[in-house]
Amino acid sequence: MFGFFKSGKPPAPPPEAPSAQPAQVATDPAPARPSWAQRLKAGLAKTRGVLNTPVGDLLRGHPKIDEALYEELETILLTSDMGVAATQHLLDALRARVKRDRLTDSAQLKEALKDLLAELLAPLERRLDVGTARPFIIMLAGVNGAGKTTTIGKLAKRYQSEGRSVLLAAGDTFRAAAHEQLSVWGERNRVEVIGGQGGDPAAVIFDAIQSARARGIDVVLADTAGRLPTQLHLMEEIRKVRRVIQKADPSAPHEVLLVLDANTGQNALNQVQSFGEAIGVTGLVLTKLDGTAKGGVIAALAQRGLSTGQPIPVRYIGVGEGLDDLQPFAAREFVDALFA
Amino acid sequence: MFDNLTQRLAGVVKNLRGQGRLTEANIQDALREVRVALLEADVALPVVRDFITRVKEKALGQDVLLSLTPGQALIGLVHKELTALMGEQAAPLDFATQPPAVFLMAGLQGAGKTTTCGKLVRVIRERGRKKILLVSCDVYRPAAIEQLKTVAGQAEADFFPSTPGQQPADIARAALDHARRHFYEVLIVDTAGRLHVDEAMMREIQELHRLLNPVETLFVVDAMQGQDAVNTAKAFNEALPLTGVILTKLDGDARGGAALSVRQITGKPIKFAGVGEKLTGIEVFHPERMASRVLGMGDVLTLIEEAHRSVDQQEALKAVQKLKSGKGFDLEDFKTQIQQMKKMGGLSTLVDKLPGAGQVQAGDLAQGERQMRRIEGIINAMTPEERRKPELLKASRKRRIAAGSGVSVQEVNRLLNQFEQARKMMKSLGKGGLAKMMRGMKGMLPGMP
Repeated sequence: MFGFFKSGKPPAPPPEAPSAQPAQVATDPAPARPSWAQRLKAGLAKTRGVLNTPVGDLLRGHPKIDEALYEELETILLTSDMGVAATQHLLDALRARVKRDRLTDSAQLKEALKDLLAELLAPLERRLDVGTARPFIIMLAGVNGAGKTTTIGKLAKRYQSEGRSVLLAAGDTFRAAAHEQLSVWGERNRVEVIGGQGGDPAAVIFDAIQSARARGIDVVLADTAGRLPTQLHLMEEIRKVRRVIQKADPSAPHEVLLVLDANTGQNALNQVQSFGEAIGVTGLVLTKLDGTAKGGVIAALAQRGLSTGQPIPVRYIGVGEGLDDLQPFAAREFVDALFA
Repeated sequence: MFDNLTQRLAGVVKNLRGQGRLTEANIQDALREVRVALLEADVALPVVRDFITRVKEKALGQDVLLSLTPGQALIGLVHKELTALMGEQAAPLDFATQPPAVFLMAGLQGAGKTTTCGKLVRVIRERGRKKILLVSCDVYRPAAIEQLKTVAGQAEADFFPSTPGQQPADIARAALDHARRHFYEVLIVDTAGRLHVDEAMMREIQELHRLLNPVETLFVVDAMQGQDAVNTAKAFNEALPLTGVILTKLDGDARGGAALSVRQITGKPIKFAGVGEKLTGIEVFHPERMASRVLGMGDVLTLIEEAHRSVDQQEALKAVQKLKSGKGFDLEDFKTQIQQMKKMGGLSTLVDKLPGAGQVQAGDLAQGERQMRRIEGIINAMTPEERRKPELLKASRKRRIAAGSGVSVQEVNRLLNQFEQARKMMKSLGKGGLAKMMRGMKGMLPGMP
């Protein structure tokens, strides 16, 4: 994947989401982009040996459109974790389009599939504007090891570089050394971290919000302990965290981010549903896209969004371990990367 | 919305049952269902293809044609093949070396290596090795060393301190030296999570492996992992001579298709399954049972084993003695049972392992667990004497207890009725049948199967 960087030229800047604040768009780290691309390219040069046949190669081997080609496309969609339903949906739509537009060669087929996937993912592309409230309170949740704390570190950096003041609330009072981990992130960004181990997560976050308000902080990032949706008492606990945040500020939380590991398979659907029911997830962060995992499960999520009519947007994707390696999600870019 | 593998395959059996015999055509349908089911359970596509081909070959063979119930035969085959794929036998840990026996952990970021280190301490101790040292070579993730230190403290194992400023290889060398000189029996080495495509990091862990010469090199895999499990497993298996796999977060609702993928690609045994965040949350991986669970046969065996282990032996003994001495089963024991059930991970963990539990809604379970807490509350509101002699409880006392525990008198009565039933059950119960007792109890709670 991401083989489109192979061409060597930096990718065209993604179409900026129309923003009410032009000043903010300007601060969107334009110089960071090529370096991200370079890093990604460097990282992916390593993956090439491990990767399955990229679509480009595959299509070169199949100048004509036949059943074998469809089967190969199915393989690619399935092995990127898109799931059976989304894969079926895309292939059916592709067949319909081939018929409608009388497509005959494989290059056209590839473009058609990319278009269809981009259409499917487009509703997930909605940028997060943290300027709508002050303090803008973001609550993060996810299963164990999804990358919540790391994501918080990166988000803090991002918002700071946009000129906003940030406060971190160490709501993971359960896991060993979670508070220390967040503190290190805080030190690196010179951001204050509120909380300690062993306390009540809701109380810690409540305090953080009070303190943020008193000091006129722009963004509060509230960490929570990782939990599996089957751990009902922990799901109950996170419900309470949300309720308490609401008590501290009736308009909050302004954003509830669910952090998903790109390595996760179809269980991501269960996670989105369970956390959605418990705390009303309003956005997703897809982490660890710098491996060979392709994160295709967001297509499965988009597919389900079609049937429920409420797709949850992917706010950011994590493409590396550096502080700058968290990028806003752009559907077209994602698709281009998927289909080298 | 999202059928799990158990449900899907249950559907396949149902579809097949209506048919008289197995033909190429109806096998095709059923196998397509199996394929979809396996894919939705995140079994990697190449593994699925392989599996379907194998099952198909066998299904069309002689032994199935002789069978009277084709549906059962096919499911039997699927089960057999799944078991074969996951490895036939639970593989024990290897200590056969001159001490210290070194265990090296490897895996992606967030797979659960550090937590698993703490859980392993307990497993190793159960095997009779007492002197265990933990060390972290994760100098990258903030506070990773701190985390292992805390985990070591919780597991009551010794911890060899390291700092983020050190080189992983230096830490490993120093820890090994320390372990040798202080006669540690086991040294567990935690490492940083790494991407299999990160050459520098993969070289680092190869270097660690060379230095430490571990008896066990354990690959830690998240049960929720998707299709990419094949790529990571392949890369780690090629970089390191893995001796086993530990599957983590199996208490989630992921069907754990990654287990099959990793097993198929590496050919290495899955030794343990991580369940839950507590240090007791680890069990021996039973391929046969996992296959059964996948097929909807439940995992009653694991449940029973867990009951034996988690339940406080002392408490259990006391209860048995009480029964034997004819003093009878009182509310105190009833409460102890509830607490023991909680210890085993609550209703959700238990129910997950029972056959046909796929149909139980999460909401029902939550209700069941609430109910358990209420019962505990009511019993707590009684005096010790009342707990021993529930027959003392008359209207006035019941009113006091209801007020004390914030419930209605009706609820107190309901509890007493349930307790009466339990007491009757205890009478008919043979000694040592704790698991039976648990199963008997679950029928009394609302929303249970």
